[in-house]
Amino acid sequence: MAMLSFPNIAYLIPLLPLLGFLVNGLLRNHLSHRAIALIGSGVMALAFGISLLVFYNIPAGAPTILTAFDFIRIGELQIPFAFQLDALSSLFLLIITGIGFLIHVYSSAYMHEESASHYGRYFAYLNLFVFSMLLLVMGANYVILFIGWEGVGLCSYLLIGYWFRNTAYSQAANKAFVMNRIGDLAFLIAIFWLIARTGSVSFTDLPMAIGTAGQSAKLSSLDITGITLLLFIGATGKSAQIPLYTWLPDAMAGPTPVSALIHAATMVTAGIYMIARSNLLYTAAPLVLTIIAIIGVATALLAATIALRQNDIKKVLAYSTVSQLGFMFLALGSGAYVAAVFHVMTHAFFKALLFLGSGSVIHAMSGEQDIRKMGGLKKSLPITYWTFLIGCVAIAGIFPFSGFFSKDAILLSAFLKSPIFYVIALFTALLTAFYMFRLFFLTFGGSFRGTEEQRHHLHESPAAMTIPLVVLAILSIVGGWVGIPEVWIHGGDRLVAFLSPVIPVSSGHEISHATEYILMGLSTGLVLLSILFAWNKYKQYRAEESESPFARLLENKWYVDELYQAAIVQPLHKLGGWIRSVFEPKVADGAIQGIGRSVRYLSQQFRLIQNGQTGNYALWMVIGIVVILSVQFFLRK
Amino acid sequence: MPINYYLFLSLALFSIGMVGVLTRRNAIIIFMCIELMLNAVNLLLVAFSKMHHLKNLATSATAGADGQLFVFFIMVVAAAEVSVGLAIIVMMYRNIHSVDIQFLNRLKH
Amino acid sequence: MNVTPYIFWFLSVLALFSALMMVTSRNPVYSVLWLIGTFFAISGHYILLNAQFLAVVNIIVYAGAIMVLFLFVIMLMNLNRETEPQKNRWLKFIGALAGGCLLLVLVAALKDAELKSQQAMVGGGSIGLIKVLGKELFTRYVVPFEISSLLFLSAMIGAAVIGKKETSQTLNS
Repeated sequence: MAMLSFPNIAYLIPLLPLLGFLVNGLLRNHLSHRAIALIGSGVMALAFGISLLVFYNIPAGAPTILTAFDFIRIGELQIPFAFQLDALSSLFLLIITGIGFLIHVYSSAYMHEESASHYGRYFAYLNLFVFSMLLLVMGANYVILFIGWEGVGLCSYLLIGYWFRNTAYSQAANKAFVMNRIGDLAFLIAIFWLIARTGSVSFTDLPMAIGTAGQSAKLSSLDITGITLLLFIGATGKSAQIPLYTWLPDAMAGPTPVSALIHAATMVTAGIYMIARSNLLYTAAPLVLTIIAIIGVATALLAATIALRQNDIKKVLAYSTVSQLGFMFLALGSGAYVAAVFHVMTHAFFKALLFLGSGSVIHAMSGEQDIRKMGGLKKSLPITYWTFLIGCVAIAGIFPFSGFFSKDAILLSAFLKSPIFYVIALFTALLTAFYMFRLFFLTFGGSFRGTEEQRHHLHESPAAMTIPLVVLAILSIVGGWVGIPEVWIHGGDRLVAFLSPVIPVSSGHEISHATEYILMGLSTGLVLLSILFAWNKYKQYRAEESESPFARLLENKWYVDELYQAAIVQPLHKLGGWIRSVFEPKVADGAIQGIGRSVRYLSQQFRLIQNGQTGNYALWMVIGIVVILSVQFFLRK
Repeated sequence: MPINYYLFLSLALFSIGMVGVLTRRNAIIIFMCIELMLNAVNLLLVAFSKMHHLKNLATSATAGADGQLFVFFIMVVAAAEVSVGLAIIVMMYRNIHSVDIQFLNRLKH
Repeated sequence: MNVTPYIFWFLSVLALFSALMMVTSRNPVYSVLWLIGTFFAISGHYILLNAQFLAVVNIIVYAGAIMVLFLFVIMLMNLNRETEPQKNRWLKFIGALAGGCLLLVLVAALKDAELKSQQAMVGGGSIGLIKVLGKELFTRYVVPFEISSLLFLSAMIGAAVIGKKETSQTLNS
């Protein structure tokens, strides 16, 4: 059948999670736990299978465009509801559906204590999220991408506030949503700008917009700078970069698998995807690239320093995510789009692994998230221990784990951009290794510091949770081997070749092999030192760590939240209060009630005409005749 | 005679009738004023009929007779109208012992 | 010397004066009498226009039957006194003003009409004669003529029904 062959079968990829969402969402009160888990995970498995099919059938060269129907058609403007299948989107399809499937399986065990109705709600949200994310990466133009963009924001909101009875969680959800909206506004303006200048939002029209050989550009350099900057602001909201990053650590209020899927592996990388997708525009805007690099490296450093002193296992991972996203933006800013996408992929593996591992730990600790109260979990949770270790080694970037390859690619690109970026990024990488192993040693090393009751309950997680951990651990080890540096094996960097139809290969690696080796050795050696330092410091936890002022500053996250609170939230609250107490009753209500009162007054006056006196009626009739005759004879001339 | 004279005479009579309707309160007087207005129209119809007759004298011997027949029918209708109208006024007087239209204010209910 | 204009002016002044007196008289009986005067003046105009049939009918039907009916009702109600309560002065003024405006507007609208130069045939013409009108009435207008008899019949029945004394219910004043 034509429908079930490439490329039409790709329609099924987003439709399956949508179907799962509808079934689970609408029938959640009637289905059992088992049925819900089966439907939720089953559609993901199918979607993953189809994604594999699509991935292996992608033709090299021009992208395959699937046009479903006309979405918007106004005059000259034409926006089809279309999907674009090419190397970049198919790679993301694999990441999303693959990791999504694993996390669905994991969730089926992790969330098992919820009631069936809430369990169904959870899976419905999760499926809806995957649907939106697939729309985002498959969309053939910015508008479809934006629909998915908004959809994942909504699902993120719903899932952060999944335990909506807890006010703090609901507020965290609100914060995430509002922060995202700020970015979304910029994104929307960028789309409008693009439409106004070029009349098209399709990715395939971008080369035409910036002008190719023999064609004049539709966009001036000012346009390109403005559009790319606005798109980047949109990306800072979704991908948690300075200044809009504060929502992501708070987003840890959601269930841990959600943090793994949405706030580590997929949604937060949407910004990187979008910029990589728009790489033609960005390459034409070097100024914006530099801004992105600065923001990226600053975010990486800032989040890494905060992560040094966090005690909530998920908060550490959250700041680590922000920091890693900063790395990706640094890569984008350095023009190394492939390195960024590469890091998105490897980060998805090991960060999902780490989050799921932390979920396993939290599960075992009966909901305890404070690493100061853990320790010595190595014996009770062997599988979690080993997989978590693999995740930590991968994120630290030790050869031959996946993080090494992607991080090395980013460091190299940063070095090419400017040595200053390289130094800061390298320092951040050291911090990363340090805080990850601090987390690791505090959690698994030493002796148990929790209550007797917790010790009694310690247990390894069920197979539905450990199997995804093992799969992700394997991926964290081998995932980097698709991008082996050119200096080691010629043609080893298969990702660059694979993505070359979407992201043109930049020529001019004007760096000697010797330098590259030195850089690699330097980073690996320093990271190892950093891990040793962490081991030395945290192999035995001491309760009374010296509280230097700087440590307190880090523990309180540089007081950024407080700064936002004082500088933006409080004035807005005051403005809102003023509007409520002064503007609303006086001006808004006054105007509306004034209209009402004047109409009432006038009608009361006009009511007097209707006095029932036939004589008066005759009088009015005559006056009417006079008026009509006057108009007829004198005014019509 | 110029037709204008008849025209303005009729208008004047009609307006006097109208003023009477608007300013008096006695239902019978108002009724009489309406009769006056009818007569003003009748006069104008007859005048126009004769004008028409004069204009078409060469072609038709009876041109304009229609107008005078209209007047005749208006008188017929007026007679019928007066009989019913006066009956209503008599009934009104019988019920409220007045022919003052000031008391006919039930239209507002 | 042609007397027609003089007769015209005389009859016109008489008609207008009688009409004004009719409207302004306090006593309804005087009003009826002034109205009869107006009708006579109008009948005079009809004669002037050689509409003999209408002149006669006008006197017989209007001045004779209808006005006698009015007079009769006034006498019946014992209204032949100046008892009519006067309207509010303001309303009176406004009513007169509205009527005056109507006259003004109509005159202003019609004074430049195309028929300014047309003449009404005075003193001659045969269409006003009974012979001509009767022929027309019983040939071309025979159906309306017969229908008008139905109108009279229904008016008669209506007047009788309305005038019948109600026994049970009365309108409250």
